[in-house]
Amino acid sequence: MSTRLARQGRLIDRSRQIEFTFNGKKLKGYAGDTLASALLANDQMLVGRSFKYHRPRGLVASGAEEPNALVGLGVGDRFEPNQRATTTELFSGLAAQSQNHWPSLEYDVGVLNSKLFSRFLTAGFYYKMFIHPRPFWKHIYEPFIRQSAGLGKAPETELKDADSYEHFYFFCDVLVIGGGVAGLQAAKSAAETGAKVLVLEEKSHWGGRTPVDGGTIDGLSPEAWITRTLAELEAMDNVTLRTRTMGAGVYDHGYILGYERLTDHAPGQGGPRHRLWRIRPQQTVTATGAIERPLSFAGNDVPGVMLAAAMRDYLVNWGVTPGQKVLVATNNDDAYRTAIALHEAGVEVVRVVDARESGGGELADRVRDLGIRIECGRAIAKVKDGKRVTRVAICAQNGEGGAREEIEADAVAMSGGWSPVVHLWSHCGGKLTWDAAQAHFRPDPERAPTGHDGRPFVGTAGAASGPLGLAEVMADAAAAGARAAEAAGRPARTARTAPVIATSDVTEAPMEPVWLMPARADIDLRMKTFLDYQNDVKVSDVQLAAREGYESVEHTKRYTTLGMATDQGKLSNINGLAILADALDAEIPQVGTTTFRPPYHPISMGAIGGEARGEIFQPLRKTPMYDWHDSHGAHWEPVGHWRRPYAYLRAGESVHDAVNREVKNTRDALGLLDASTLGKLIVKGPDAGRFLDMLYTNMMSTLKPGKCRYGLMCSENGFLSDDGVVARIDADTWLCHTTTGGADRIHAHMEEWLQTEWWDWKVYVANVTEQLAQVAVVGPNARKVLEKLNAKAGGGMDLSKEALGFMEWQDGEIGGFKARAYRISFSGELSYEIAVSASQGQAFWSALIEAGQEFGIMPYGTECLHILRAEKGFIMIGDETDGTVIPQDLGLHWALSKKKDDYLGKRAQVRSYMADPDRWQLVGLETLDGSVLPDGAYAVGNGVNANGQKNTIGRVTSTYYSATLDRGIAMGLVKHGPKRMGEVIDFPGLEGKIYQARIVDPVFFDKDGEKQNV
Amino acid sequence: MLILQCPYCGVTAEETELHAGGEAHLKRFGPGSSDDDFHDYLFMRENPRGIHLERWRHVSGCGKWFHAARCTQTLEVFGTYSAQTTEPPQQIKDAISAKRPGWSWRDVSG
Repeated sequence: MSTRLARQGRLIDRSRQIEFTFNGKKLKGYAGDTLASALLANDQMLVGRSFKYHRPRGLVASGAEEPNALVGLGVGDRFEPNQRATTTELFSGLAAQSQNHWPSLEYDVGVLNSKLFSRFLTAGFYYKMFIHPRPFWKHIYEPFIRQSAGLGKAPETELKDADSYEHFYFFCDVLVIGGGVAGLQAAKSAAETGAKVLVLEEKSHWGGRTPVDGGTIDGLSPEAWITRTLAELEAMDNVTLRTRTMGAGVYDHGYILGYERLTDHAPGQGGPRHRLWRIRPQQTVTATGAIERPLSFAGNDVPGVMLAAAMRDYLVNWGVTPGQKVLVATNNDDAYRTAIALHEAGVEVVRVVDARESGGGELADRVRDLGIRIECGRAIAKVKDGKRVTRVAICAQNGEGGAREEIEADAVAMSGGWSPVVHLWSHCGGKLTWDAAQAHFRPDPERAPTGHDGRPFVGTAGAASGPLGLAEVMADAAAAGARAAEAAGRPARTARTAPVIATSDVTEAPMEPVWLMPARADIDLRMKTFLDYQNDVKVSDVQLAAREGYESVEHTKRYTTLGMATDQGKLSNINGLAILADALDAEIPQVGTTTFRPPYHPISMGAIGGEARGEIFQPLRKTPMYDWHDSHGAHWEPVGHWRRPYAYLRAGESVHDAVNREVKNTRDALGLLDASTLGKLIVKGPDAGRFLDMLYTNMMSTLKPGKCRYGLMCSENGFLSDDGVVARIDADTWLCHTTTGGADRIHAHMEEWLQTEWWDWKVYVANVTEQLAQVAVVGPNARKVLEKLNAKAGGGMDLSKEALGFMEWQDGEIGGFKARAYRISFSGELSYEIAVSASQGQAFWSALIEAGQEFGIMPYGTECLHILRAEKGFIMIGDETDGTVIPQDLGLHWALSKKKDDYLGKRAQVRSYMADPDRWQLVGLETLDGSVLPDGAYAVGNGVNANGQKNTIGRVTSTYYSATLDRGIAMGLVKHGPKRMGEVIDFPGLEGKIYQARIVDPVFFDKDGEKQNV
Repeated sequence: MLILQCPYCGVTAEETELHAGGEAHLKRFGPGSSDDDFHDYLFMRENPRGIHLERWRHVSGCGKWFHAARCTQTLEVFGTYSAQTTEPPQQIKDAISAKRPGWSWRDVSG
């Protein structure tokens, strides 16, 4: 059984006991424990079920590489699935749930599924099984897949994350990722040059695994050296140190993301939970260490089978032993350290099985001296299946697994060698080289990722570079730190007082690569030999993929799902591709690795979002009259980043009723529209007229000061892009109105052409949209209310038909407000659009509302605006246009200048497809029964297309109930439409009803425009 | 995340501050041009693996358009320069030649 030892545990504080729960069971641990070490201390070997086969699984590792021990953490709006027990610090009240089991962790019916289906769940399962036989899909495959799909439980859909998150920006000369002895040394060497240094360590403590592994540095024990070095670094003003912060990803041009977990270990302490560091270092040094590889033998996933170094970590760091009778299996000397540590802790080491015929070096001799039996050239044939290790069969390594000896054991420590953590080096294109002596890929310093200047921006330090011995690690780290500082423009000012001298106190015998145990294991063994624990990928799966023709490692990865789980193959990558290389009879370096992608370890979506959530996700734009609208029943509609009133609801009124009331009142009496959101661009300069002639399809240079003209803008490929009224202010100045959504876009469009094509033209553009509040005073009583305001103020602008005619504008005073009045109409009514400074917007609006009471004034919203314009057959950008519509489609030929040689879109509009007479064209549509056509409905004609669908001959672009006409009105684009006036065409609705509509003139109301010309 | 120096305001800007504007030095074809010329102007773009001349706008900064000479494979930036030129200035060409002798892009070369 696994248990807490009476002594040891350099990271735990035995005076502070902590209570937590696992699947509701109350358990105890100590401050300093991880959830993993605390579970082991409580003999909780079984921590979850595997994803595909629901096999019992236990802890394999002690760090971020752990594939099995994923749990659901927290409850309610703080619940989070798939949290690693090994990286979860224990806190009081922690509540963890194991995953992938039903009904319970101990008794899982999924195991039955696995026995029934395991034959089918091989490589390419998803591709093969989704096909045949078809009836199986609905009744067998789908229910089974649905039940087993998904890793962990998703949080409740209605709950919102209760925590807050933030982003943090940081700039430095040298960033060191990893706070082990190599990282600290690299940081020190860099900082001594005066470079600004940031050091990130993902764990809560410094020093990495060297205190567990032993040796001496500068004559000190690793722990003493770490304490001394940390003190030195902390004393330097140019050094910033952060624990619980992972270097998550390396991106183009040296951009780095760090992920700080501030309160995961102490929930409720306040402040943000996670902080995303957005770092711009000149140089990055990855001191990310190395990860031990599992050995591939049958039953290597049974709870109690653990990486040898992880077992040592649990012993030394947390005073926990995963077993009482441990078998050690290895192909290298490092695992002997685990045998020694176990023996020193009083745990029986039943056997060391060393796959090397020649056995180990000095460490092996020490183990032998301790009386532990070592067998060389031997292998694990099989660990007996179950919820924990009970028996281990051993055999010759160089064989097929016969002639087994059974040994009783309750835990297995395995070591298949070490692989440097090359992820961060590789994220941005750093290349790897195969190191045959260590049987691992290590960074190739000649092929580092390069930045904007073509120079390398990532270096590696310590075990992350490849060397594993402490002496080499420290020398490499010191050089890496100094090199990074120099590359960041900080050449060493002073030489180090003394070179760092480290010893690992033993010489190790070379490791021997062992990719399968035993070397020629039979198929029964290989089908129980796991490569990727989290995705349940076995040796037999990769071999099958190779037999089925998957030669590329990237294809094999996707076919088998090897390395595609949340641990991204940290343990399985090298073992898997070695199996693939063997199956393909190729060398490992020729097969290569899959691509390493950020983040190194999953980071929370909350951290990525940072502060950008809720109300500040996207800032809301409000007009000066926003609050008035809000307090007068505004039913809001988002328009771009703006909010505009859709309608103003009165007590007891539906939205539909409110809209109809507003339509009628504006036609009959007086309406008021907040038009402040309309884009207002000032275009000024000696070449402004010439410029606007290029931008608009019609002529703007000939417009007289004091006059307005409606204009269309097209993109260079001819499609309608925006429209609006242009007013000429003076000889050099025009004011261009754009649509509400178009202001920024059209401003940018103008700047682009001015800066990149006609840069010698003298024109300035200024976006004054937010400087002005604009109010449309609309309806038969429009002039009356404005004249009343003027009378009250004792004079003002002459607003008579003679003084301010249709499509004219004037500056002056209205009701004492400095104003610019445009006689323009988007409703067909007598209408003034009046601009006042934004600061006067609300006062002017209130004055109008007050003065307008006797004339029946009512504010109206965007839906009424739409209906009024549709009744008049005016197009709306975004309704009648969708980026594929040209002015000619909309019958706007009158707005296309024939006199101009050129305007944007002119050349495109004579391309053959644009000039095609079969293009759909704008018409009005009236249903025969007066009902409202469904928005976006398509008209069908005779015949069918190649797919057997009815041919479409048109579509609805705008459709409304017109309160003015008491019937449905619509506009649409119809093939040969204008030539088919009076024809009735069919629009099938979604609900099966066919709407019949007659093609009519799109101007439904006041065809002669008499109402606006009064 | 790329870094480019805006040649107008001098700011070394992150990619999030910038807006990519596609291929540089397009020659506009307007009314009167042949169908082929106009088609190529509208749609045909270089997509090189290597040296590329691009348009960028410092959209969340000074608002200016500029050009960048860049390697699409290594992301090395050889320089940024004015948008108001029909081909890269000699100093940019020289900077590219220093790193990639014998380069060419469309009809531009060192």
